[in-house]
Parts: sequence; C-alpha cells; structure tokens
Amino acid sequence: MTTVALKTAPDATNYPFDVDRIRADFPILARPVHGKPLAFLDSGASAQKPQAVLDAIQRAYSETYANVHRGAYYLSQAATDGYEGARKRVADYINAASADEIIFTRNVTSAINLVASSYGAKFLQAGDEIILSQMEHHANIVPWQMLRDRIGIEIKVAPIDDRGNFLLDEYEKLLSPKTKLVAITQVSNVLGTIVPLDDVIRLAHAQGAHVLVDGAQGIVHSRVDVQALDADFYGFTGHKLYGPSGIGALYGKMELLKQMPPYEGGGDMIELVTFEKTTYREPPARFEAGTPPIVQAIGLHAAIDYVDAVGIENVAAHEATLLEYATDRLSEYSDITIIGQADNKAGIISFVMDGAHAHDIGTIVDAEGVAIRTGHHCAQPLMDRFDLAATARASFGMYNTRADVDALLAALDKVRDIFG
Amino acid sequence: MDDELRELYQEVILDHGKNPRNFRAPEDANYESLGHNPLCGDRIKVFAKVNADGLIEDAAFDGRGCAISVASASMMTDIVKGKTVDQVDRLFATFHDMCTLEDPEISDEFSDDIDKLKVLSGVRQFPMRVKCATLAWHTINAAVHGEEITSTE
Repeated sequence: MTTVALKTAPDATNYPFDVDRIRADFPILARPVHGKPLAFLDSGASAQKPQAVLDAIQRAYSETYANVHRGAYYLSQAATDGYEGARKRVADYINAASADEIIFTRNVTSAINLVASSYGAKFLQAGDEIILSQMEHHANIVPWQMLRDRIGIEIKVAPIDDRGNFLLDEYEKLLSPKTKLVAITQVSNVLGTIVPLDDVIRLAHAQGAHVLVDGAQGIVHSRVDVQALDADFYGFTGHKLYGPSGIGALYGKMELLKQMPPYEGGGDMIELVTFEKTTYREPPARFEAGTPPIVQAIGLHAAIDYVDAVGIENVAAHEATLLEYATDRLSEYSDITIIGQADNKAGIISFVMDGAHAHDIGTIVDAEGVAIRTGHHCAQPLMDRFDLAATARASFGMYNTRADVDALLAALDKVRDIFG
Repeated sequence: MDDELRELYQEVILDHGKNPRNFRAPEDANYESLGHNPLCGDRIKVFAKVNADGLIEDAAFDGRGCAISVASASMMTDIVKGKTVDQVDRLFATFHDMCTLEDPEISDEFSDDIDKLKVLSGVRQFPMRVKCATLAWHTINAAVHGEEITSTE
C-alpha cells in the first residue's frame, strides 16, 4: 500500500493535477448554497460525483437496463455485462486475485455485517476473542457486539495515544492464540489517523488470526492492494469514492468465502431449491441474494475509472497539501484545538472551538456556504476517549482547494462574532 | 440567511447558553431522565421535584450540549417551576408547535411563558436544529412520566 506522508507532499503551487479542471467535472460544486459559493468539506461522509459517473448512470438506465443474471434477451445480457464488468473493475482496482472474491453490498456497514454473520457462524465460537481499535466507526463495533451477544465472543479494544497514534505495542499485547479476528479501520474517520495495516496484519497472522479491514476512509486516500496487504477481508463503499450510494464491496479471500455460509437467502444465490432442501451457489453469488444494485455497480465502475485517470496517488498528494495548510491555519487560533495529530494522517481534520459547540459551528458556517460534518461521527467510543460530545470535521476530496479552507476559516470568524 | 442566523442566536439564547440557570443536580429530585440527541451526541440529564399534588417544585439539568439545547434547558427549567405536570404537558405541546409549524395555534393559557419561549422559535428555519430546542422538554416529559432515558428520535 502506498500512502503519501505530509513531508513528501509536493509544493502547493505545483499540484500534480489541475484542480480547476477536476472541479469542472463535478457539477454540484458550481451551485451556490445560501447565496455563497459552496465549500464542500464533507467528502469523508460522502463525496460528490463527477459528470462521468452521472453519465454512466444515465446511460445504464437509458440504454442497457434490465435485471441481471435472468433474462435470455439482449438487455438482460447487456446489464449483466455491466454489472459483472464492475465486479472485474473493482477486483482489478484493489488487486484481488479474482473477480469472484468481490461481493457487492450496500455499503461497508453491510459488508461488515455479512462477515460478522457468515464468517462468525463458521469460524467463531464462545470464548474466542476479536480485536477492534478504539477508533472504529459504529459500523465496525455494533455488528460484533450483536455477534458477541449471540454467541459469546469477547471483544478487545486496541488503544491509541492522545495524539491519535495507533499503539502497535499495546495491540500486540492483546493478540493471543485466542484471537480469531482483528477488525480494524484503515483510516480513522474522525482523527484521520492512518493505521499501520502492514504491521497489524502481519502480527495478527502470526497468531493465526484473520483480519478484516474497514476501508471506507482508506481507499479514498491511498492505493489499495489487498494481496500486498494480505488482508483477509477488505470492505469499502462506493459513495465515498465519488460513486453512487447504495453500492459497496467486500473483498474476501476465496479460501475463506468458500467455507462461509450464505448471509441472506433469496433468489440468485441458489443452485436448486425444493421445499425440503436448497443448495447454494459458489461465492460471490452465494452472498448476493435478490436483485443487486445493478446501476450503482455500473456507476461505481465509472467512479473507479475516473479516480484512476486522475491517479489516487495524485489525489493523496493534493489532499496532503490541503491537510498541511488547514492544520497550519487552524493552529494559528488559540481558541481551536485540533483533535487527532497522528504522525501519519489522511485528509481529515477534526477540531473543537472554545465557547462554541460543534453543532452551532456547523449551522453558522453553513450559512457561509461551508459544508462540514459536526457531531460524534458515528464513533462515540472514540469521542469518549477524548472526553468530547462532538467535534467539527473538515474532510478533503480531490476537488478541494485552499480557497475552501480559507472559506472555512472566514466562516469560523462568524462563529466568533456570534459567540465571542 | 444572516437574518435567520441572528434570529436563531439571539442575545437571550446566547446568554442562557453561556450562563445556564438551574445547572445542577439536586439531590432531592424525585424524577430524573437522561435525554440524548443521537444526531449530535448531546446528552442532558433533567431533574424534577414533584410534590404529591403533581406540582413541580424544582427543576434542574446538567450535561452538555449546543447553545440551543442548553439555552432551551435553562429556560425550560425556569418556566416549569410552579406548574403542574399537566400544565407542562400542554406547554410542551404548544412549544413544540412553535418550533415546527409556520403558523402555530397558540392558546393564551401561558402567554407570558410563550413570550419568553418565542426566542427559540427561530429553529423553525433550521429543521436540523429543532431537536436541539426540544431535547430538554422531551426529557422532562419523560422524567415526570416515569421514563429514565429518552431520545429525540
């Protein structure tokens, strides 16, 4: 996996790509909000979509739409080609060994629930331990708690330090032969911390444990190679990768997927059904019951093409310059505290402001056209770790500029005007 | 937008937000409830001392929240003191309408209180913030009706 550290980021005057040209590809960025230019700084929640994705969706519905895997007719075959083509594209993009190792899901949440339910049924039993990190999104906590309550596994939590660095030593102490699975984020959605996955996975495997990576925030800031990582499962979601909502993907090693029972039951995942007995298809079909998100998958394909054309390394480098700029600018203010200053960070910056609650900040900066996320970011245990109820968070996408950061800074002055 | 923001963050609200009244945890309260807003993670605890006649003798709160939710809790705890649980139920219904309806029907039963609470009705222009303004009311409502935990959802 390649991650671009701040120190190696190119100079801001020498962007590796033309950000204005990229912005022109995203129609929504041209619309004003409350009469002000939009400064969209919430790509960590969901990214905006380039025209190429919108066109692909429009084309799919107007030219090649029918249900997949069913009809003997032309359109059904065309839709199936589009859907399965998307699977192949995802597999190539993250370097899976085979397209059959890619299961389409609704999002990362459903990918993790699938693993918790299906992998859990086959591989986990009472007394087994799994390890999560303190930075997990609720999506990578709650499914495991539900499984714990069902079958009696134990959940251990790998800690971070006050700056948000993942503590590899402490994690290593939690690992034991009882550890069966490590489920961990690649990048914290609140702190921006990049988890040292190579080490996390190597150490887990040394104990015979499998590793599930929540790549929701990781895949948008770095090149992902699941084979080089040696991840056993890797989940990501399309809508944060400039694609449509309603589509996510779960990568799983075929040797594991083959042993796992179905997740949901229904059409398309069966070989033969009688009222006495049903036999199931091989992965990935086994895990895709019912009509899948056909056009969403085709839209995701277009999004990956777009990201690949820009170059995710270029995106990461660009975001690193923005992160450095935003960190420097926010640090100039004594009333602002940046939450999460890990040594290795992706383009996410959380902060709190003296005298103003994050929710109030969100409302006031919105009036200036600045869209940021405020609240607990679906990571309440992490908020508790820092004794916070909420933070404000700016997260960067490929289309953001220093002007967006400046707009945020100016909008924060409005907050001071009101609360000062 | 600036006008709407100014209406939302009026001086009275900022004052109550910064210097909340009744911000304490009275030991003699016989009802309490934890209210939380899952949207933002805010949690406040509301306490009430209700006598045998159903009269609220004391009300207070603690916890943390945004300026709107703290100001609302501060004003609410002032206003409900000396009222019966039934009266507070009716006042809450009216206040809720003020926060959500463009043209609410306001009875004149509590006209002085309604005048005070009007400063919070600016949330009408900010649908995402209605729950901030009503959290404390939901919570005291839950407390005096015997629910220990409530949520704005």
